[in-house]
Amino acid sequence: MTDHDSAYEGLVDADSHDQWAFGTSFDDPLAGVDTTLAPGIDGTDLAKYCLMLGDDALITAQRLAQWSTRAPELEEEVALANIGLDYLGQARLLLARAAAADSTVVPVLPDGSPIPAEDALAFFRGEPEFRNVRLVELDNGDFACTIVRLLVFSTYRLAQLHHLRSSRDPVLAAVASKGVKEVTYHRDYAARWLVTLAGGTDESRRRTEAAIRRVWPFVFELFEAHPVEQRLAAAGAGVDLSTLRAEFDSVLAQVFHAAELPEPPGAKATSVGGRAGRDGIHTEAMGYILAELQSVARAHPMGRW
Amino acid sequence: MTADCVPSLELARAIAATVTDPEMPMLTLADLGVLRDVHLDSTGTLIVAITPTYSGCTAMATMRDDLRMRLIAGGFDSVEVRTVLSPAWSTDWISDDGLRKLTEHGISPPTGVAVQSQGPVPLTLTVPRRVIHCPQCGSTNTERTSEFGGTSCKSLHRCCDCREPFDHMKEI
Repeated sequence: MTDHDSAYEGLVDADSHDQWAFGTSFDDPLAGVDTTLAPGIDGTDLAKYCLMLGDDALITAQRLAQWSTRAPELEEEVALANIGLDYLGQARLLLARAAAADSTVVPVLPDGSPIPAEDALAFFRGEPEFRNVRLVELDNGDFACTIVRLLVFSTYRLAQLHHLRSSRDPVLAAVASKGVKEVTYHRDYAARWLVTLAGGTDESRRRTEAAIRRVWPFVFELFEAHPVEQRLAAAGAGVDLSTLRAEFDSVLAQVFHAAELPEPPGAKATSVGGRAGRDGIHTEAMGYILAELQSVARAHPMGRW
Repeated sequence: MTADCVPSLELARAIAATVTDPEMPMLTLADLGVLRDVHLDSTGTLIVAITPTYSGCTAMATMRDDLRMRLIAGGFDSVEVRTVLSPAWSTDWISDDGLRKLTEHGISPPTGVAVQSQGPVPLTLTVPRRVIHCPQCGSTNTERTSEFGGTSCKSLHRCCDCREPFDHMKEI
């Protein structure tokens, strides 16, 4: 089994018995990485923070993957899938980091289950335990809607990761340094498409404007700092969200100017007593995403993937 | 012990340096700059360090298995492959040999990565003007068809002279 002469050979785990489902056995994405907590950083808070960052990426990846086989052009399908894969990779590292920082966030599975911690977090948490902002769970809508949402999210994410490169948590800093390079490409892609769609035909312009009206009410939530985010920013491990808003606005102003679009609306989606995605309060769309994402894994809690 | 360890470490390094990338088998992991370190720890375990090209690189598990299996076949009983996340991989780490092999196999190699300024990452609304050579005919009269290609690390281009489509390894 040194070389993969047979496509099936590589799929068979050397020490597996009867739990094998599909694919090769898992491997720890943080294998060999020092996950010791830096002094003054609370493991429980860091784990929750990594869930927020990881869930934003995971749900974005799931939404982008839904474009596979139905994008307007093959090149865009490949692009959206590639971008989704980058976010899935970031999610995997961040969920693994959350589990290493505080193992009590990981759902308990039956004894002997081979499912690794980051998979347990992705597939076995209920909706109220997900900490993503509601923006990322919105229906894909048409291509314009996906592009507007991707522009908003990648602009926010890039600003976040750019600051997190100097996080006092070395794992988070390393994940951020890598992510900055990836998300720079995502933001450029979405920004160029927004300009193209806004300046295209009457129909593409109409759809772009409708997409902005649909997405914008969820923008304010990105900058409402949760107490966990505030504490970690104060401890030097997280980002102070209030410092990101100006950077976010200035990037979007450039894109809107190039696209000859008016300023986006200031409407805000309602939250529940001030609570929203970071507190586990989601839109109706979230349950459907999780059903699709989780149902197979949940049917096989002893599965080896 | 030291006398025994030194030649075996050299052997381990030589073996590790022959392991190829699963998606671009004309390149070794060493050519790519993915293989970061090979050393023996105090217990005699061989520690191999690799770094992912992209966060979502699907080839990491295969690379790890290939390194382990090749080294075990080479007589090393105790092998541990570790992930290194920092510093993040850059196409600047691809060796000259690696760049040459990419071109020989029809993939346009990355040009240098621009040095990032201290402030926020600048937005690039127009396609960056990089001189990209067609790996088939060498022409610089090429155009980009998509920033994203068949794997995370590549973009799609076409040559306006010889009309061949080709992959370019993205600067990152």
